Amino acid sequence: MNTITKNIQELAVSLLRDKTVDIVIGFKSGTVPMSSVPFVAKTTEQARTFIWDTHCRLNLANYLTGRKEKIGIIAKGCDSRNIANHIIENKISREQLHIIGVPCSGMVDKVKIASEFTEEIIEYTEQPDSFVVKTASQTKTLLKKDYLRANCSTCMHPNPVIYDQLAADRVTEPLIENQFADVNRIEALSRDEKWQHFDDLLQDCIRCYACRNACPLCYCPTCFVDESDPQWVGKGTDTTDIRTFHFLRAYHCAGRCTDCGACVEACPMDINVRDFTRKLNKDVFDMYGWEAGLDIKNRPPLDTFNPDDPDEFIK
Amino acid sequence: MAIEDTNMEIIKIKKSDWAGGIDKSRKTYHLFGPVKHKNHHIFRQLENNIYPDMEYMSSVLSPKSVLFPQSQKILVTSADASGKACHIFTPPEQDHTPRAVIGIRPCDAKAVQLVKLNFDTKEYQDPYWCSAFEATTFVGLAVNTPSVLDFSTSAGSGPFAQEGLDVLLVDCKDHYLAKILSQKGKEFLNTAGFNEKEDPKAADQVIQQMKISAEKAICSVIQTQHLKKKTVLELYEAPFWEDIAFSCISCGTCAYVCPTCWCFDIQDETQGKTAVRFRNWDTCMPALFTRHSSGHNPRGEKIQRVRQRFMHKLKYFDDKYDQGIMCIGCGRCVEKCPVNIDIRDICNLMNAYKPEKESDAGEIKGEIK
Repeated sequence: MNTITKNIQELAVSLLRDKTVDIVIGFKSGTVPMSSVPFVAKTTEQARTFIWDTHCRLNLANYLTGRKEKIGIIAKGCDSRNIANHIIENKISREQLHIIGVPCSGMVDKVKIASEFTEEIIEYTEQPDSFVVKTASQTKTLLKKDYLRANCSTCMHPNPVIYDQLAADRVTEPLIENQFADVNRIEALSRDEKWQHFDDLLQDCIRCYACRNACPLCYCPTCFVDESDPQWVGKGTDTTDIRTFHFLRAYHCAGRCTDCGACVEACPMDINVRDFTRKLNKDVFDMYGWEAGLDIKNRPPLDTFNPDDPDEFIK
Repeated sequence: MAIEDTNMEIIKIKKSDWAGGIDKSRKTYHLFGPVKHKNHHIFRQLENNIYPDMEYMSSVLSPKSVLFPQSQKILVTSADASGKACHIFTPPEQDHTPRAVIGIRPCDAKAVQLVKLNFDTKEYQDPYWCSAFEATTFVGLAVNTPSVLDFSTSAGSGPFAQEGLDVLLVDCKDHYLAKILSQKGKEFLNTAGFNEKEDPKAADQVIQQMKISAEKAICSVIQTQHLKKKTVLELYEAPFWEDIAFSCISCGTCAYVCPTCWCFDIQDETQGKTAVRFRNWDTCMPALFTRHSSGHNPRGEKIQRVRQRFMHKLKYFDDKYDQGIMCIGCGRCVEKCPVNIDIRDICNLMNAYKPEKESDAGEIKGEIK
């Protein structure tokens, strides 16, 4: 058992034992290699099944919406920023939460790892900086830093921004010179190439809405795609309807997205859903110097009005 | 129509002859098969220069879409008063010339038989699905090296299972052995020009040997033997649903990748003077699935929907049709569920579940590992 797992378990056990909280939300081991399962512990025995590894990719803030209990929650940097969002947007109160922060050294990209092998991965074990992958005919040791998820490799806020306790020492926050190199690449494309890029991106979308449902921001009681009176979008596989869903969802996340990557993680078709949200994150950063969820005092720029707001885009 | 074992025919297809035969068959059949696409394989119609990738392990979506597309036009009409069919919904022209699905895994072919129970009943025959089914020949590919997620042998199928197939191909390195399982299968092989007959007894022995070793390689099993005896209510009121449902994000991934999920939604779309009625895949996981126009929702809570999914697949289905569970053990939902809700664990949990006392079935505090 790694130290962070041990610390998380101990902290969660004492929170439940002392009745500081009613439940603790964390991760437990998955049943297939390179997976984890969001899990709620109500008893100390259950809290002893919590784990922490580089597959805790989903965002646990997604499980807070609408809950009434006193909640303990395990939060890496991005989860904590979404918790801050939730507090600002009145989805949960700070007093209702006991946050066990986990300074994060990044999650690995399971698709990238799988693409290194022609055979199926049957076993995955983790060491501090590396991991061992087993297939039927080979065993390979790979370095975590080479297989970080794209969003983790540009993350500058790996430490939780709000927390009550930490499960590990803070990690050094990297300074990345250009955290939007991926967006720059798309911006540099010609109009036709851009169209092609986004067409290719959405080619496989099956409208399962896993991206939306894994996103802590997408808590609308009825999503616009599910409205029937009026019905804004068709429900089939028409490309216009598929684009409409993704474009509108991305705009709805502008200034709120923490780039946690849960949308990409959840997508069964391996669509890089972040290609939509990233451009908006960049624009909000360039125009307002804003990164979402860094504290619980300031509201997102598109949620407020200021006479000095930039308006050059209005022609 | 199944061919009796006594008339069993097994054809040898040299791999060097494979592409030529596939090309010949294209003159009569529209071919569908697995194709590598980005990070995974998909099943789709094959253009003339595309061959099925017979080295594939599994496809991210099942081949159910060959008969049941995700979005299908079922009726069209027009408000153009000058036309004959003004304001009358009529089915669009559909192509029901022969088609063949090449390389379908045996468990996926069995899944088609389960879906058939819904679309082809005594009372109702779904014209779209049934015509497509009639037109289709299923040329299966036995699975020599099953995935660690494959639990087909304990879900009523297996890596070499024949149910639902017209031909079973067995990959023997430099050649395939093609076991003919129906008249349709025989016709397909004839059309492709595959006619090198093997001694059926000897060839079948080879197939049986390979079948045994493939089945042995399956390391994942589910227990289903007690499900039938349990009452619906005792499982319905079991204490484990809340824990199972917690992580579910109510997306449609499990249903969309599933070869046996058949639920659909009907949608009308209009543009100008034309109206089209579509049938789209639907999924019971989001609340919208059961929301009534009154606003009432009988499955408004996530726990109700998660329970419904597994009760339908593992209990109601067998109770209604007496055909085993509505799962063929392909492992797709296990692999693709964003939160790793594992039907194998849930099945075993349901199968092993015993309420302590009948009266407090709903109150026992249970937990899952």
